[in-house]
Amino acid sequence: MSKLLLLGDEAIAQAALDAGLSGVYAYPGTPSTEITEFIQHSKQAAEGNVHHIWATNEKTAMESAIGMSYAGKRALVCMKHVGLNVAADPFMNSAITGANGGLVVLVADDPSMHSSQDEQDSRFYAKFAMIPCFEPSNQQEAYDMTYDAFDFSEKYKIPVMLRVTTRLAHSRAGVERKTIRPQNEIRLHPNPKQFILLPGNARVYYKELLDKQTHFVAESETSTYNKLIDGPNKSLGIIASGIGYNYVKENFIDTPCPYPILKITQYPLPTEKIAQLLDECDAVLVAEEGYPIIEEQLRGLLNRTGNIKGRMDGTLPRTGELNPNHLAKALGIKEVHGPAIPEIVVGRPPALCFACPHIDSYNALNEAMAPYGKGKVFSDIGCYTLGALPPYNAIYSTVDMGASITMAKGAADSGLLPAVAVIGDSTFTHSGMTSLLDAVYENTPITVLILDNNTTGMTGGQDSHALGRIGNICKGLGVEEEHIRIIKPLKNQHEQNVQIISEEIAYQGVSVIIPTRECVQTLSRRMKAKKQHML
Amino acid sequence: MKIDIILAGVGGQGILSIASIIGYAAVKKGLYMKQAEVHGMSQRGGDVQSHFRLADYEISSDLIPLGKADLIISVEPMEALRYLPWLSADGWLITNNQPFVNIPNYPDEELIKKEIDNLPHSLMINADQIAKDLGSERSANMVILGAASPYLQMDFEALENAVSEVFAKKGDDVVALNLACLNAGRTYAMEQIR
Ligand SMILES: Cc1ncc(C[n+]2csc(CCOP(=O)(O)OP(=O)(O)O)c2C)c(N)n1
Ligand code: SF4
Repeated sequence: MSKLLLLGDEAIAQAALDAGLSGVYAYPGTPSTEITEFIQHSKQAAEGNVHHIWATNEKTAMESAIGMSYAGKRALVCMKHVGLNVAADPFMNSAITGANGGLVVLVADDPSMHSSQDEQDSRFYAKFAMIPCFEPSNQQEAYDMTYDAFDFSEKYKIPVMLRVTTRLAHSRAGVERKTIRPQNEIRLHPNPKQFILLPGNARVYYKELLDKQTHFVAESETSTYNKLIDGPNKSLGIIASGIGYNYVKENFIDTPCPYPILKITQYPLPTEKIAQLLDECDAVLVAEEGYPIIEEQLRGLLNRTGNIKGRMDGTLPRTGELNPNHLAKALGIKEVHGPAIPEIVVGRPPALCFACPHIDSYNALNEAMAPYGKGKVFSDIGCYTLGALPPYNAIYSTVDMGASITMAKGAADSGLLPAVAVIGDSTFTHSGMTSLLDAVYENTPITVLILDNNTTGMTGGQDSHALGRIGNICKGLGVEEEHIRIIKPLKNQHEQNVQIISEEIAYQGVSVIIPTRECVQTLSRRMKAKKQHML
Repeated sequence: MKIDIILAGVGGQGILSIASIIGYAAVKKGLYMKQAEVHGMSQRGGDVQSHFRLADYEISSDLIPLGKADLIISVEPMEALRYLPWLSADGWLITNNQPFVNIPNYPDEELIKKEIDNLPHSLMINADQIAKDLGSERSANMVILGAASPYLQMDFEALENAVSEVFAKKGDDVVALNLACLNAGRTYAMEQIR
């Protein structure tokens, strides 16, 4: 079969389909979004009736995937790294229930925080839950490992994590496919009690999970994904995990690497292989994309041997993604640099699009808030987070999805008034609804602006579960009808919008303002599609 | 054989379609390819770049090491300069000379031109104007690709075929416009080389 040119994300999606996937469950999040989008556009998926609709958030996605696995079918759940914090409860417990149909949890980490608020490393979660983890180093491995992960999951009745990082997720290369496997039929788990985690059962299955660990290590030991490549110079050994391996290899294109290399892309760690390398070599350099999780374990709390090098002793940078130059420096290889960046070059930060509805919302909000001084507007994650930058300087917090409303509540509780929250429509249904209920329950005096641009803009314009529902959701949660105000964020409505926002800020209870106008990007895409359709 | 290219521009300027044309032609030739793209936050009008690597052997790193890029191809002049540390000693910088100003502190255009002219191997082209004259400014990226084509170690015909294939879905007019832009860019570059 000829090679397909695929992003790492697309390779994962294609592999899941070829492995007999029955459903993908996900909430968008860079750099994981393209996996689900690939399946949504795939003819193969449509023919196989593969579930592919976005979920409300990562927790609902994870739970739906567990449900599909319970029924005996193969399910994939995808999220960005911080999404796993949201899904952590079902994720941790799924390790104890185990899987029935193959269950693969894809987590895309974002070292260097290209589009994220932190660079947490999901391998910790795999270790925490005690489930196996695959960490592909290239697009072909992303395909192969996804394909294999479903078999692994069914062989050991365990969810399997696939961990990728931004670079691999968003880089394209040739990928060869395997044969297409049919989807599973519905079949229940041989032990139906497995999924009832009453303490009495949970203790039993937790013990089973512990017993499986030796098998997982044995698999890692013999896996072709973990290989020890010998080298004549034993003054140094290299452990390279995931795409860290590529950056080592990039430095040895013309000459073979003189040092032994242990490539690790399947976890739990292959202890015997590691022992062999440590025994043979005077020192070991650990190159991993993410937190120094392997390095920390090898050093131990006391770092007695002092011969483990990596991110913790400064041989490699402590933060951010790796690159070939970091490895060159660590290995003492001469680097070349092109000319320096001229001083006249300035930064070009991202900005709200021309005519974006959020611009008009912030202009009105800033004017309404002017009498109260700075520091009283809490916000959330989405395109509207750019309201933190000039010329708006309108918001003072961005912590995690949904936090705006509850942070405003906490601030109001403390007496910091008025307290205002700004949240996007998709973020509101993701995890703002329960926050609003907290405020309604206590009738906390906060004003919540739900910026309804009819889409999930930040991640590329996916459908928003909030579409056409926000007013009714707020009413249903108990916000008084006369304090649910819908406005149109447009320049020519500015005065009126300032007036309405000011009124609701003055109100001593929960009020919601819903500035409603479509994102200009999705609007122009829709218009283009319509025109094409009419031709 | 290997060729490493940094593609540069501002989110929304279409650097990825340049990449997909070269990629299409390269894969037809049976070369190995890796192309790291930028998705997400920066696409909202921020600076974006793509590391594009071709070789007749398997490529390891998705990122090009500093000082190893054979070409910087940029749709925007200041953005071209941002990636100079990647340019190899005999590498070429090919860029549009029309600035995209979406920040208040955009530097003096003349200073940018001077920096580019000071490089040993550079080529500036008014791709916006050429594309506009041929029918649509939106095809400026194909003019730039055309201008870079003499440095790509690839038959021009293979690139033309790739343009035809990649734009086929959008109709004959779009294909013709993009081919004209590609050719105009190449003609300009060949004249400069002479
Ligand atoms: C837990 C978590 N999941 C996903 C993301 C990625 N993400 C950031 S903002 C956003 C959606 C924003 O949509 P919306 O709230 O409608 O605002 P818009 O961008 O449309 O203005 C997503 C999915 C994240 N940061 N955290
Ligand atoms: S993508 Fe949509 S919501 Fe985001 S900045 Fe652009 S117009 Fe605004």
